Amino acid sequence: MTATAKAPAEPADERLLHTSLLRRLMGRPELGAVVGAVAVFVFFSFAADSFLQVSSLSTVLYAASTIGIMAVPVALLMIGGEFDLSTGVMVTSSALVSSMFSYQMTANVWVGVGVSLLVTLAIGFFNGFMLVRTKLPSFIITLGTFLMLTGLNLGFTKLISGGVGTKTIGDMEGFDSARAVFASRFVVGDADVRVTVLWWLGLVALATWILLRTRAGNWIFASGGGANAARAVGVPVDRTKIGLYMGVAFAAWVAGQHLLFEYDSVQSGEGVGNEFLYIIAAVIGGCLMTGGYGSAIGSAVGALIFGMTSKGIVYAQWDPDWFKFFLGAMLLLATLLNAWVRKRAEATK
Amino acid sequence: MTALVELTGVSKFYGNIKALQDVSLQVHPGEISCVLGDNGAGKSTLIKIIAGLHQHDAGTFAVEGEERRLASPREALDLGIATVYQDLAVVPLMPVWRNFFLGSEPTRGTGPFKRLDVDTMRRTTRSEMLRMGIDLRDVDQPIGTLSGGERQCVAIARAVHFGAKVLVLDEPTAALGVKQSGVVLKYVAAARDAGLGVVLITHNPHHAHLVGDRFVLLKRGTMAGSHTKDEISLDELTRQMAGGSELEQLSHELERAPAPDLSRDGGSRG
Repeated sequence: MTATAKAPAEPADERLLHTSLLRRLMGRPELGAVVGAVAVFVFFSFAADSFLQVSSLSTVLYAASTIGIMAVPVALLMIGGEFDLSTGVMVTSSALVSSMFSYQMTANVWVGVGVSLLVTLAIGFFNGFMLVRTKLPSFIITLGTFLMLTGLNLGFTKLISGGVGTKTIGDMEGFDSARAVFASRFVVGDADVRVTVLWWLGLVALATWILLRTRAGNWIFASGGGANAARAVGVPVDRTKIGLYMGVAFAAWVAGQHLLFEYDSVQSGEGVGNEFLYIIAAVIGGCLMTGGYGSAIGSAVGALIFGMTSKGIVYAQWDPDWFKFFLGAMLLLATLLNAWVRKRAEATK
Repeated sequence: MTALVELTGVSKFYGNIKALQDVSLQVHPGEISCVLGDNGAGKSTLIKIIAGLHQHDAGTFAVEGEERRLASPREALDLGIATVYQDLAVVPLMPVWRNFFLGSEPTRGTGPFKRLDVDTMRRTTRSEMLRMGIDLRDVDQPIGTLSGGERQCVAIARAVHFGAKVLVLDEPTAALGVKQSGVVLKYVAAARDAGLGVVLITHNPHHAHLVGDRFVLLKRGTMAGSHTKDEISLDELTRQMAGGSELEQLSHELERAPAPDLSRDGGSRG
């Protein structure tokens, strides 16, 4: 839009009909998710009396942020054409490493937090490196990582702590400052906002910037949309993919530290199954399963739909057992809607 | 004058399979060298060597007189060798302007604020395409929505814009209709007139003879002939390309075959 404003020598093409705002919106990958989010919001506004209260909405936002933090890099990875099934347990691994390293080795939790960052990034690198080296499908590689991490989480925790949970680190040095960074809350107006919401929005903004305005973003789209074509024009596809896996690892570290500092100990069996929630949020947000298309903002809207549904069911005082059914139905509907919108959008061009 | 690219006696083996044996090819600036051959003749192997995707196992490969062994497509690009592949020249879901600059994106700003120079990218894409005679409706449209010929032209325009000295085109007209093929050949000629050396891979002798200056014929991995334009006529090129004696045999076989009775078939349906 700025481009046309700055280049007056570029007259509007007479073959283009006036592109209405609606038409242009139709071309966005997020559209299906936004429509879905509005529908879910309206639905629970009527179905649950307390849904519109400020306290409920901040709970919804918190639930959305815990999924959203991971959905952002998972969306980027999917745009880059790959999956990661190890994300759910990777979050737990990250929390376990900082907790146990702090407890066993040092007096300050920040050392553990730092070590955890290195270890988690190494796991991400391992995923990416194995992928580009073996050329196996990412489904297989990360399924392997998922199982290995699940085992390591339980095994190491039992070995070191003697139980399935870690020992509390609540009385250690640096705990309060670490909790302020990863698990604090603050008040805006009447609303109680969790710091994870800031992490989430920050990651969405960063990812959107990278995707749309940097060379790396161009390479991500190209790696997913046509890896061979990208390679032929000199795009470092392998490095891009490894970088994407390390991005996922970074977000897993953030989510893991939140998990730890929200309480003061971690259960080693947590996180299994969450990887699908992240993928669902990304797909609802308009990411194409085959890569090359999608957006970070869409993943945020997808996470918001997740938050509204999971909490809305509670506020509507339904049995929460129904939640999974709704999530599955939502996924199907969103994917169908996305496919339909994309077809329409491509037809209008 | 040294050739831009010169292959002498180049061979390539995949395990015990001879994909290419003793092939020589010269590419001069402002000339089009055509590589002709049937499916499986070794055309793809040849361009993969020139493009840096594969390394040759024997013979010499010189770029501007200096012997090279290219390790990656990036290295070939840095030497000014740009390759446009038939089916994987572009990323279909990405907008035209992102495709145009893919792999060589201009940036502005420094450090964390280093960003794509989107204005320049869009403007340049539009003007470069106009220069090649393609009036894009919208540089934001996914390149997959362009026609096959237009996509080839974007890829060619991109190579020319980034200062390629040698342009390698893999079957640019294979999947195109007559009119679209003409459009693409026009751009190939335009690239030649701009002083580039062009390698045109094709199995269409008519297209090759229209624009080519030199012709190399490949057959089952070996060089079946090498000619300059004044040495060979279109008929002779077609005959050699089609396999000469094999074609004659085929025409005999076809002659002997009984003509199917089309009138009755047509009558019953009409």
